[in-house]
Amino acid sequence: MAQNRTIDRQYGDPSEATDPIIEMRDAQVTYDDGETFVLDDVSVSIERNEVVGVVGESGSGKSMLASAMLDAIPDPGRLSGEVLYHRPDGTTVDVLELSDEELRQFRWEEVAMVFQGAMSSFNPTMKIGGHFKETLKAHDAHVTEGLEFARELLSDLYLDPDRVLDSYPHELSGGMTQRALIALSLVLEPNVLVMDEPTAALDLLMQRSILMLLQELKEKYDLTMVFITHDLPLVAALADRMAVMYAFDLIEVAPRDRLIGNSGHPYTRALLNSTPNLDAPLEEMRAIEGQSPAPINVPSGCSYAPRCPLATDECRDVDPDFYDTGEGHGTACHRWEEARETIALNFESIDPEATGADSEGGA
Amino acid sequence: MSRPDAYESAGPSDQDDAPLVSMENVEVHFEKEQGLFEFFEEPDVVRAVDGISLDIEENDVLALVGESGCGKSTFGKTSIGLQRPTGGRVRYRGQDIWDAKDGKGDVDIPFDEIRSSLQIIHQDPGSSLNPNQRIVDILSQPIKLTHPDVGLSERRERIYSLLERVGMNPASDFADRYPHQLSGGEKQRVALSRALLMNPDLILADEAISALDVSLRVEMMDLMLDLQDDFDTSFVFISHDLSNARYFAEHGDGRIGVMYLGELVEVGPAEELIENPGHPYTNVLRWATPDLSLDSAGAGEPPMRKIDIPDPVNPPSGCRFHTRCPEAREVCREATPELDGEAGGHQSACFRGDPDHEYWDSPVLED
Repeated sequence: MAQNRTIDRQYGDPSEATDPIIEMRDAQVTYDDGETFVLDDVSVSIERNEVVGVVGESGSGKSMLASAMLDAIPDPGRLSGEVLYHRPDGTTVDVLELSDEELRQFRWEEVAMVFQGAMSSFNPTMKIGGHFKETLKAHDAHVTEGLEFARELLSDLYLDPDRVLDSYPHELSGGMTQRALIALSLVLEPNVLVMDEPTAALDLLMQRSILMLLQELKEKYDLTMVFITHDLPLVAALADRMAVMYAFDLIEVAPRDRLIGNSGHPYTRALLNSTPNLDAPLEEMRAIEGQSPAPINVPSGCSYAPRCPLATDECRDVDPDFYDTGEGHGTACHRWEEARETIALNFESIDPEATGADSEGGA
Repeated sequence: MSRPDAYESAGPSDQDDAPLVSMENVEVHFEKEQGLFEFFEEPDVVRAVDGISLDIEENDVLALVGESGCGKSTFGKTSIGLQRPTGGRVRYRGQDIWDAKDGKGDVDIPFDEIRSSLQIIHQDPGSSLNPNQRIVDILSQPIKLTHPDVGLSERRERIYSLLERVGMNPASDFADRYPHQLSGGEKQRVALSRALLMNPDLILADEAISALDVSLRVEMMDLMLDLQDDFDTSFVFISHDLSNARYFAEHGDGRIGVMYLGELVEVGPAEELIENPGHPYTNVLRWATPDLSLDSAGAGEPPMRKIDIPDPVNPPSGCRFHTRCPEAREVCREATPELDGEAGGHQSACFRGDPDHEYWDSPVLED
């Protein structure tokens, strides 16, 4: 836990950025008066106009990371640390200092969030069009113009605006409801879209289609996206940069191709190897042994050490900092070099830069 | 709509040679509920399964894939006699399941026996286990049913050894717990054990691993395949994820069946079907399957023209995929392709498989 970690913790890579839109420093979410940590000193920066994919197992704290960006931690959780939002005009907002009214405006107008389970995000007794109107009114926006924009968004998402706006949520299929929810989240023209498992409970084909549409939306409206999921290969198709969470903290952050082709953390490598892959040899696919720790007894030292095949006494005692492992690639593992050598990946990475770069960087 | 000649060999009269489960031209149509004012109108009919013929052999593995609403669950349930087909026949070792149920004709195999040989594992293990019963009680029921003479201690012994076999060690620790005290993966193991205690010939695993964490899925599939060897069971494995279906079918030395809007559009040995898809829809599913070695360009354009699946109440004419198919031509709208290829081998229902078909002279379909 927090008191066990080394004091001089240098956040090398994940918090460095040239033009950050969101900067999060030492974000910590605690429950039970500080007894339970569900987000443990996370520092990360999101660059303007990039897509960051955050991957983690269930219960790794990835939803907390998303909620922390909007200061929307459900009660009685407490968020400490610093979350800065840089507006396009150059001014900076300290999200945790905002008043309730400012926060209400900040959410949706600057940073919007899409939750999982579109069905429960909509009011079942209100037509989709009603949700758009209500949202526009609540934020003092021009309703007619806003609805015009909503129609454009819906068409961008390959939906028929007339039909969708005039439907109740239950009259649409799961994929259509989810896309309508994405349109609703963008109706106030936010700069950042935070999505927490936006495609869960949909079939793969719809998941991939939504991802493709998000890519198009991102380019058309210059969006920055944070995409949170347990499904590593899914978000790999969209993300520019990927971050892996384990036991309430980030353990590896890297550009997409490097994370997949040249990851340094044994957990990331195990996660990649446990993924059914059309091209991977079947014999080499395997599950990750053991269980991830509960929020009350996170082990001292590296939280992955109990499951890690490479763990040494150092790993059990000292929580690793982020090592700079090359080209914007940060890995919180003492033994990242060894991990790259000894844990083989079971699929062919076709990115030429991702291989053969092992000797670069250093601690 | 039907495909009479696709599976001529189905339904041999000799019971010993009969496949474990044989489905012939199976149709399941649901009528939509009608309101008072629509009383005299024709009801809307959802064609969940429309004319599928398929055999499942002993120790066979069949993985069914398709998007939500394509009818794969309904077809799976029909194959184990949980859903009565509105047309066609389902036979278990040569005995028509629904004739046995209704007592029509000479019943060689009683319905109860058929029912207990065909089992199911549901998607959500949490809601398929009684929350008020301990694991040992949940697992006692199938033994009490099949072996009423077995005493308490022997029953416990069997349950313990099976729990250990499915990887729940120590069994005594788990046996007295309630379902809510187990993790999702453990619950699914209990559901699998419960199905196995009936000593089934065929287990339908309906999205049985979809609710599990990604890292647990491979483990669960391995367990099911291990047990297949031990218990001599066949599996029908339903998934929307082609990579899981491939893993399961290839390890079990089985086939993959691709369904679209109630029809079987392609079926074949796992590797062959993935490497060399004969139907454009199989290609779409391939595109949708997350693949770590995709280049950084990202998802890319999907090999289809529309994102949403058409309404199964009024399925498109001709080839049902023609409204989304990137290769569709005029002829696809008018004529219905049939499953083509060697029975039991790689078959697909697309005109493009035939180099002499009029398809190649037909104009490209415009939206």
